[in-house]
Amino acid sequence: MKSYILEFRQLLLTLAAVFAFTSLVMLIAGAPPFAAYYHIIKGSLGSWNKFSHVIKAWIPLTLCGCGLLFTFRIGLWNIGVEGQVMMGAVFTTALLRFGVESNATVAFLGISLLAGMLGGAIWALIAGFLKTRGGVNEIFAGLGLNFVAQGIILWLIFGPWRRPGVASMSGTETFPVSLWMPLLEAQRLSPVALVTVMVALVISGLLLRYTRVGLNLKAIGGNPNAAYLFGLKPGRFMLLAMIFAGGFAGLAGSLQVSGVYHRLIPAISSNYGYLALLVVMLSNYNIWLVPPVAFFFACLNVGSIQLPMVLQLDSSLSGVIQGALVLATLGVHAWRQRWAEIGEREKNTGVKRD
Amino acid sequence: MWIELQDIHKHYGSVKANNGVNLKIAPGRIHGILGENGAGKSTLMKILAGFSQKTQGSILIDGQGVNYRDPAHAAELGIGMLYQDPLDFQLLSVLDNFMLGQTRGVSQHKKAFRKQFIELAGSFNFALHPDTPLKILTIGERQQLELLRLLALGIQALILDEPTTGISSTQKNTLFDSLKKLAAAGKSVILVSHKLEDVEALCDEVTVLRQGQVTGDMVQPFDSNRLLQMMFGAPPVPPGRSAATPGSDVLVMRSVSGSGGRTGLKNCDVVIRQGEIVGLAGLEGSGQGVFLRVAGGLQPVSVGSIQLAGHTMDNRDHHSFKRRGVTFMPASRLEEGLITGMSITEHFALQQNHNRFMVKWQEARNLAAARIANFRIKGTPDSPVDALSGGNQQRLLLSFLPANPVLLLLENPTRGLDVESVIWVWQHLQAYCRRMTSIVFSSSELDEILMVADRVLVFFNGRIIKDVESARTDVHELGMAIAGKV
Repeated sequence: MKSYILEFRQLLLTLAAVFAFTSLVMLIAGAPPFAAYYHIIKGSLGSWNKFSHVIKAWIPLTLCGCGLLFTFRIGLWNIGVEGQVMMGAVFTTALLRFGVESNATVAFLGISLLAGMLGGAIWALIAGFLKTRGGVNEIFAGLGLNFVAQGIILWLIFGPWRRPGVASMSGTETFPVSLWMPLLEAQRLSPVALVTVMVALVISGLLLRYTRVGLNLKAIGGNPNAAYLFGLKPGRFMLLAMIFAGGFAGLAGSLQVSGVYHRLIPAISSNYGYLALLVVMLSNYNIWLVPPVAFFFACLNVGSIQLPMVLQLDSSLSGVIQGALVLATLGVHAWRQRWAEIGEREKNTGVKRD
Repeated sequence: MWIELQDIHKHYGSVKANNGVNLKIAPGRIHGILGENGAGKSTLMKILAGFSQKTQGSILIDGQGVNYRDPAHAAELGIGMLYQDPLDFQLLSVLDNFMLGQTRGVSQHKKAFRKQFIELAGSFNFALHPDTPLKILTIGERQQLELLRLLALGIQALILDEPTTGISSTQKNTLFDSLKKLAAAGKSVILVSHKLEDVEALCDEVTVLRQGQVTGDMVQPFDSNRLLQMMFGAPPVPPGRSAATPGSDVLVMRSVSGSGGRTGLKNCDVVIRQGEIVGLAGLEGSGQGVFLRVAGGLQPVSVGSIQLAGHTMDNRDHHSFKRRGVTFMPASRLEEGLITGMSITEHFALQQNHNRFMVKWQEARNLAAARIANFRIKGTPDSPVDALSGGNQQRLLLSFLPANPVLLLLENPTRGLDVESVIWVWQHLQAYCRRMTSIVFSSSELDEILMVADRVLVFFNGRIIKDVESARTDVHELGMAIAGKV
């Protein structure tokens, strides 16, 4: 219990650092920080409609976060998560296109989730095989595959899947309403997506904490040589971790298509994969901190969209704030180590006073 | 340089690793710190070297109170430490490691350092080449490198933590000669050891620690029995060789060659029988390590064939060997044996049936608690393994050995353990042999090999140049063979 309080305290300190850094950036840009924060909060939590937008961002962030926990645990940097989201979306779109003429739309929607997981997992496995068989660093492989995935999406939108008549950046033809994930009328939120996230969180939590899979991933992440002597095959588990990460990311991409945009658009992944990397690091790889941290990032993401309109700030400022966030997160990540040392020292001096 | 430690306390939570230690180190002398594993020697020395912070107490250098926070500061004051596991960089060359911490500014003056290195290495008769990549060096050679690096930094007081573990006796002699030279030049040398014979051979003065406290001091000439009493209370009894008669063939190697290490393994013909304890002797890195790894399927055989209890095992991986009852225990504990960041309980959970889906945490925790008690490990089921002392990590590795293995391959199994623990470990291992397990182990201690092994294989330059029953040989003959003279 005590460690959770400690984790939470660190999290709060991290957020404070993020605020300090972003405030500085805004002051330099000539923007009033407190007004900006006010509008970010108002823009994200100010109404049910806005809150539902936040949840729409929170769902893919949390799903990707769940998957990344598996790869981080085995010591892999799955930067390719972004491309895995995209391929999940592509596979889902491909499947739903067959469903346009069909009557069994519910079945198509159900299978579309599996198709998304498959797409993400295949994309992740490519990076995984490059790593285990070819010795290619998963960061470079993932980054490369992200570009390839983006290319495939653009090609599909402007090529084979283009709208009849005009091909445009607005994406493919919107699916008929029967192929939309059922939505809550008022919030336009998909309950299926919410349930999926909850299930994903519980499954990941249980797998990582109570099963051999979680233990084996941790062992290999800690020391692959020793894990091998303990009878584990590091390569296989790396692939397994990639399958989990890709599967969850693909699920996120799938829901972006069937539950949010109802078509394939160029920015279908909305950088949620990259953002999820930060979410997981900021959560200190603790699954129960992933949902709140993801929620915080989702609020910032949605809330800052308002800034150009309300404060007449240049629209690039929201990008700058997000960039500042990234830097602050990485900075805090480095300080975490330092805190641990200070904590150790505090403990020692505490004994001295006894 | 005079060093004085006054009333040093170091507490890890409720564990008191040092509990009011007083110590005075004089210049120009070799001062031994003697004690069994976990007596608090390493802790005390890490405090002196600035590696960890004392809970209480003061350090005086030449009568002046000093307070430093890190090893770099300690080095500026002239105190340097040679750790049990040398702190160096595997990916760099010998010269690069030597230069670390010495270079200032932008330019590196590599030529000057090379010259300095060669001169320094030559003056101590260390056979180190500056361009060798560090990862192929033995522990003994890495230690020599570290020693040279510390001297080049201008160290006045040198602390050596168990320097003779894992090095050959030739390397040990070289090391002792250089330490004597250093003391003669007025430097303070502090030798931390649990080996009585090392301390007796080298030191002018000894301080004995037991359970975090000083139990006595002694100057030359030493009285071994009294020193042992200070260390343990009562002197231990060494085990004899096992009386079991060897059974059928377990491991058969037919003209096996393999690569790896510095020398590789060349044309090796060996038969290991059931219930036999075979000791591998030789200079560190003469092929013993490769032999053990090839025998365990951890390194491929380039030529020749291996049979395990009648099954041909060529080109099989370690897991196939493991399924046939072969267990390999590596010498480098934190690099290969244990998983940093995981607790003792998690290590036992890892050894549960691999086909099970759920981890039985309670079962693992109970097993961990039982083995901790049984193997006298100082720690709790939740201790992370990297927080254990070297000796305790070694005990933990031994506690992982399965109940009924066919063949145990142990790389320096008693490295870093004190006399009492070594004896205890071998009593434990001999019980395996009575159940017809074969044990093959390497050791840099000829005494240990002669004490417990039924047979000795002497390695020289990647070849087995002597294969003899230990009852029919002696230290002198083996020593000659180790040096390549048969």
